[in-house]
Amino acid sequence: MTDDGQVTYREAMRAALGDALREDDRVFLMGEDVGMYGGTFAVTLGLIEEFGPERVRDAPLSESGFVGAGIGAALGGMRPVVEVMTVNFALLALDQIVNTAASLLHMSGGQFNVPIVIRMTTGAGRQLAAQHSHSFEGWFAHIPGIRVLAPATVEDARWMLGPALDDPDPVIIVEHGTLYGAKGDPGTGPVDIDRAAIRRPGSDLTLITYGGTLPTTMAAADRLAEEGIDAEVVDLRTLRPLDDATFCESVARTHRAVVIDEGWRSGSLAAEISARITEQIFYELDAPVGRVCSAEVPMPYAAHLEAAATPTVEGIVAASKQVVGRDG
Amino acid sequence: MIVADPQTRLAMFGDMVRVRRFEERCAELYTETKIRGFLHLYIGEEAVAVGVLHHLGPDDAVVGTYREHGHALVRGVPANSIMAEMFGRYEGCSRGRGGSMHLFDAATRFYGGNAIVGGGLPLAVGLALADKMQGRSNVTACFFGEGAMAEGEFHESMNLAALWDLPVLFVCENNLYAMGTALERSESVTDMALKAAGYAMPSWAVDGMDLDAVWDAAGHAVQAIRAGGGPQFLEMRTYRFRAHSMFDPERYRDKAEVTGWKERDPIETMRERLAAGGVLDDEAMTSIESAATAEVDEAVAFADAGTLEPVEQLTRWVTSEPEEAQP
Ligand SMILES: Cc1ncc(C[n+]2csc(CCOP(=O)(O)OP(=O)(O)O)c2C)c(N)n1
Repeated sequence: MTDDGQVTYREAMRAALGDALREDDRVFLMGEDVGMYGGTFAVTLGLIEEFGPERVRDAPLSESGFVGAGIGAALGGMRPVVEVMTVNFALLALDQIVNTAASLLHMSGGQFNVPIVIRMTTGAGRQLAAQHSHSFEGWFAHIPGIRVLAPATVEDARWMLGPALDDPDPVIIVEHGTLYGAKGDPGTGPVDIDRAAIRRPGSDLTLITYGGTLPTTMAAADRLAEEGIDAEVVDLRTLRPLDDATFCESVARTHRAVVIDEGWRSGSLAAEISARITEQIFYELDAPVGRVCSAEVPMPYAAHLEAAATPTVEGIVAASKQVVGRDG
Repeated sequence: MIVADPQTRLAMFGDMVRVRRFEERCAELYTETKIRGFLHLYIGEEAVAVGVLHHLGPDDAVVGTYREHGHALVRGVPANSIMAEMFGRYEGCSRGRGGSMHLFDAATRFYGGNAIVGGGLPLAVGLALADKMQGRSNVTACFFGEGAMAEGEFHESMNLAALWDLPVLFVCENNLYAMGTALERSESVTDMALKAAGYAMPSWAVDGMDLDAVWDAAGHAVQAIRAGGGPQFLEMRTYRFRAHSMFDPERYRDKAEVTGWKERDPIETMRERLAAGGVLDDEAMTSIESAATAEVDEAVAFADAGTLEPVEQLTRWVTSEPEEAQP
């Protein structure tokens, strides 16, 4: 922690994990390189020294195996926090997540709930090319039976894990790779994982986003302010279940919305949010809901192409001007 | 070879008969359209579930596949609730949401009921991990077919269980076919016990048609696990007498092969052996048969009288109801 009380997102996450391990013997961490290496993104650095290799458990390269083992351990009375390096690799564990973790409670007629937390990074912005940069959290948000959290601020990184572990059902936490170094006030918790948050109040339009595109969206709101457009920014925080009430209430006030989502546009979370706004408050709208999503290409390596493929401040500003009728 | 005491052998024989009669009735009920969906019968393989599960205590865990009626019955899941489940009734062990392929029962630690081939293997590893981390001496028995051994999850699970020295009993039910794919057409190494040995795991090939042999091997394996010997692997060489499921026209194996295996029917073999040993007389045989028939009759009546879950409850248990969450 620095003198001003600021910590990085990474440190906040680590503090949350440390708390969880300290407070409940049933909690353990498991994943590739979470122990000796300190976590691919250094989130779990040092935890193995404090808690030992049983509870900060290095798993071999076997995403389906150890995510499934986490599910079994949850059934056996533990509270596993399983780290899958990136959402791209989580696809190898998709069977266990969808067919078992998400389905078991319902399929067993309410007998077996699965209190597992699965953490993974997501997103582009670090020139890691297609196989390390995609944003599949919208796919997970598609699945009934799981909760999906996307902490976008240091405070959420610090305090979302607690309620995630209290949730009796599977929770996926997606952490955007570009956020780990971000600094902020960790707050004093707890946070409400059922509610979206208004990160910036405004009256001319509502920008709806989550996770890694929150900073970009906030920067776009600043830029819009310079041009006399007062944007409200809603951070979804929880991608499933969606807090429709908060974003619909906001849009009902501003009458205009742009959804910013790093996922691909087709079949995206942005599409879902746009549809819900149309379904619920169509007659409040003064313009069609705008969307800023990733270009429909596998994420390129070259920096300029990667930047062109993902939501940018310029792109958000342009889309916002369009919905407020100020383009050109 | 260690042979069970006469009482246990009789009880196990009775369980095989129970499973057989139950499933024969299921096949009839399927034709009568009382049971729908996929129905995979275990007929011919009964000795495996019976010989293994008789070594487990109430705190041990069981992970099955979609061919799990026998495992559930032998484990102690009430026949009534299994049959009601297949009828899609609210009184079923999974409230009618699972059907034949997804039997679950918390009371007997019966964790499915998994229709993803190989999907139960990591689950068993995790259940065993939880036991080990909490200092409990339970065993998790995991049943799967030889077809599952071609899946990546098999490899991942074997490696994790052996690496972490977990109390899992892996029971491969090698009935030689994965649907229509014969073993030699699906595996580079067809000796499954040898394959498992590659994970530094004690492994044995067992005659799965011989209840005494299954009981003996499983006894040694369970004992080794409880003594801290880590995971053990049993390849049960067995055969299913029926088609893969009720939809299977069975074009891939010839009648002579099936007939040959039927001559080794585990129930007949055991009946003759017990009779020859003076353990089973006609009277005992009659009472075993009539008990099985009565149990099945009652289950069918119970299922028939069962109710349908109100559709208003469709989305219940997608996520936990706050008051229902386990601590
Ligand atoms: C992952 C997956 N792939 C394919 C199937 C379709 N399928 C159902 S049963 C089966 C054969 C499995 O054979 P085996 O594991 O030997 O078990 P057996 O049916 O012989 O008991 C297949 C391919 C499935 N259910 N799951």
